[in-house]
Amino acid sequence: MSINSLGLYNYWIYGFVLVIGLYAVLVKGNYVKRMIGLSIFQGAAFLLYITMDKIEGGTGPIFVTPPQPGDLFANPLPQVLILTAIVVGIAVTALGLAITIRIKEEYGTIEESEIREVDRQA
Amino acid sequence: MITVLGLFTLTFLVIAALATVQSRNLFVASMWFCIFSLMMAANFLILDAADVALTEAAVGAGVSTVLFMGALSLTAEHEHVRERSGWLPALVLGLLFAVLFAASFEQPRLGDPLAPVHQHVAPFYLSETPRLIDIPNVVTAILASFRGYDTLGEVLVVFTAGIGVLSVLSFSPKKNQQLSGEGVAERVRGVQHHAILRVAGKLIIPLLMLFALVVQFHGEYSPGGGFSAGALFAAAVMLYGILEGADRSAKAMPQDWMLRLAALGAMLYIGVGIVCMMLGGNFLDYSVLSSKPVAGQQLGILLVEFGVGLTVSTVLIMIFNAIANRSTY
Amino acid sequence: MSLVHHLPILVVLVPMFVAPLLAAVPSRGHLPWLIASLTSLMTFALAIGLTGQVLAHGTVTYELGGWPVPFGIGLAVSPLSALMLLVITGASLMALLWGPASMTSEVGHQHQSLLYASWLLALCGLSGIAVTGDAFNIFVFMEISSLASYVMVAAGPKRQALTATFKYLITGTVGATFYLIGVGYLYMMTGTLNVADMAVRLADVSSTMPVLIASGFILVGLALKAALFPMHAWMPNAYRFAPTPVAIFFAACSTKVALFVLIRFDFLILMPHLPGHADMLIGLLMPLSVAAMLVGSTVAIFERDLKRMLGYSSVAQIGYIVLAFSLLSTAGLTAAIVHIFNHGLIKGALFMAVGTLVLRTGTSRLDDLPGIGKTMPLTTLAFCLAGVSLIGVPLTAGFISKWYLISAVLEHGSLGLVLLGAILLSSLMAVVYIWKVVEVAYFRDPPAESGGGTPLGRREAPLGMMIVLWIVVGANFWFGLDTRLPLGLANMEAPLLMGGQR
Repeated sequence: MSINSLGLYNYWIYGFVLVIGLYAVLVKGNYVKRMIGLSIFQGAAFLLYITMDKIEGGTGPIFVTPPQPGDLFANPLPQVLILTAIVVGIAVTALGLAITIRIKEEYGTIEESEIREVDRQA
Repeated sequence: MITVLGLFTLTFLVIAALATVQSRNLFVASMWFCIFSLMMAANFLILDAADVALTEAAVGAGVSTVLFMGALSLTAEHEHVRERSGWLPALVLGLLFAVLFAASFEQPRLGDPLAPVHQHVAPFYLSETPRLIDIPNVVTAILASFRGYDTLGEVLVVFTAGIGVLSVLSFSPKKNQQLSGEGVAERVRGVQHHAILRVAGKLIIPLLMLFALVVQFHGEYSPGGGFSAGALFAAAVMLYGILEGADRSAKAMPQDWMLRLAALGAMLYIGVGIVCMMLGGNFLDYSVLSSKPVAGQQLGILLVEFGVGLTVSTVLIMIFNAIANRSTY
Repeated sequence: MSLVHHLPILVVLVPMFVAPLLAAVPSRGHLPWLIASLTSLMTFALAIGLTGQVLAHGTVTYELGGWPVPFGIGLAVSPLSALMLLVITGASLMALLWGPASMTSEVGHQHQSLLYASWLLALCGLSGIAVTGDAFNIFVFMEISSLASYVMVAAGPKRQALTATFKYLITGTVGATFYLIGVGYLYMMTGTLNVADMAVRLADVSSTMPVLIASGFILVGLALKAALFPMHAWMPNAYRFAPTPVAIFFAACSTKVALFVLIRFDFLILMPHLPGHADMLIGLLMPLSVAAMLVGSTVAIFERDLKRMLGYSSVAQIGYIVLAFSLLSTAGLTAAIVHIFNHGLIKGALFMAVGTLVLRTGTSRLDDLPGIGKTMPLTTLAFCLAGVSLIGVPLTAGFISKWYLISAVLEHGSLGLVLLGAILLSSLMAVVYIWKVVEVAYFRDPPAESGGGTPLGRREAPLGMMIVLWIVVGANFWFGLDTRLPLGLANMEAPLLMGGQR
């Protein structure tokens, strides 16, 4: 049984996680929940890229011993891209959380509906 | 064996995602998110992406969770249930999933060696790296040299987030506001009442820092590099802050010094590039840094990775301290 | 290696280098502003130099790290890129020169170094997008500029700035991630990230569904960033609550950069090789752009707050640009490119005028500004002239844009007549909302001076602001008469895009 038997399962899981994350972002009213949903949504994107890097019979792209012709290695490029994307993700998350903290201080709540109430009465 | 493992991690990934979104208690949601990240990291490992697994574990499961919890302790513990009517987004998202599902049948199967991504650019990197750069970790070679410009952009993103958090949280909270989350009656410093946690935790901190340094400088030979090392080092400081109290960690790593070091990290990266320009090459062309191009490449990679590690660690520490010390700001 | 050879990277490098330095320098008086302005000036000069190169030699390329494309990242400065650079660096410079008094009054003296450092990072990010030739690189620099802009918008004086920023952050990140996913699909099917290379390799791809999905994701992601209807909700509030100089900078350029990326992807990569993509563009983008034009203008008419009104007007203007390039013709592309340039001037001038009013009166609500034409005559006149350019009266830059747009639309027979009707209707609505301001400003009486005299008296604006404002208003008329620069670049670029080559 090889990894290839997983076939397209990765893609289906990625699709599912993407939709779950987006759902949280669009529908939930609590700001921190939405930030968590955003992180999940970004995670799905990572899964898509890394799924691409696997090659049947290959190993990680690190030459522990000098490479022989015919050795198979996983594709290093998606890994590089996602390393960058992960850090971008946490940068956005951190900033979003800082803003949420300030919103709590200014409005007393981090629920969308209650914030609108406060603004309407102001 | 690996198929079973892969199936398990993937399926559990979805379960964790669902649990995260559904939990009403936000601390529980954060923990589920941590599990989600760990499953993601495990999956990356199964897919032969060791560097990414390391970084995802450190950043997603480690730093992200701490930041979420820190923010939650300042905002709210429970989510209020007044959601907007969810049927339209659910419908659209369901359609989206159907489209993605249908498309998957035309995409290359997992592991297919004939897939386009394994032709063209990837074989070049794998075959030419020993000749041009001569470091074993091809991912680091691409990250720091072939696509070093992207990584520089990355460092700037992190730096921007750092000064952003400083800027946003620089406004002092209103004096009469009850800031701490529900249930915190008195100010407790760290986990001072839990002796086991303190002792065990303090044993881990120096090991973690050492591991971070290993990952940083050994990143050319093994999975690692600036990002994961920076996150690990920041995690060690965060652990100290959690155990001993955030004010102590802020005193150990003062904010203004963190800002300066973060700027230094970015300047180091840019500076290496500029020196390359002055020595006659293009921006970030390390080959001109030494009489032997390969040596120049290795020197350049060492320096810029250090810049990355410096900026990432200091910015994450800065953000943690800013959030964790909020009530005393 | 001469300076000229390095121009493409220098435009990005200069603000990049200064920003961390500026952030680490403690705020002292006007020093942060000074550093930021000088840096912006230098960047603008570099952009001009680069444009000269492009006009003389065509697309300029640069290999980063010395690695050949597609193994390394390559920059590719086309005529359109040069135009975008001029708009970006020009917008930054004019907003900075105009705004120190406004910034200080809205944000305060503390932490200005952090704010101006973010400004430079946004400048670096936007310029980086304009010059690069690598799809993933676009994502990285897009996030740099986006994060910097979230930081700046959040610094606005009212607390609604925070919620506006939060919505902006969520929308922007979803958009960026959609773009990332789209690029992922394209990479999956072609094996490369370089834009020119992708175009070539896409010809060999047989299975089209993933590529269609890629184009869908990229389209939606960039539409979110560009505030194209119906994904425009974040923009008017973000502009309303951001500090005014920030709003000027962004209104003049930031959404256009997303449109720039969209144009490149659509025309260079997707169109030549994806059957049915052209129909999707026409079928999807054209109705949306017409909706943007009409809905944006309609809401602007009823909006009581001047900054938000201008935000909705921008939604309409973005509709014009998208309509122009969805026509899929050389004339349409020319019109779109010219309007990207002119709109920067028009909106820049309008926001500056409103910002001047806000500085002196403390409010941007129209109802609170009766008779402002009499107490601040020069500023109000500037607003009216810029408004005239917005409507598209002959002799102004706005007229040039409308002229090219209408000629492009009329090439399409009966459909063209319908579109012409929409364009004329929305222009008429622009007349209405500009007239609203004129009516309040000139035909109502200013309130009687209250007994103690407010410190923010209704005097005319400070001299520095007025000079910059009037220079930009003057530029509206200059480029209404001498169109060689924007037109020259547009004419160089449009055939390249239509031919599907770089």
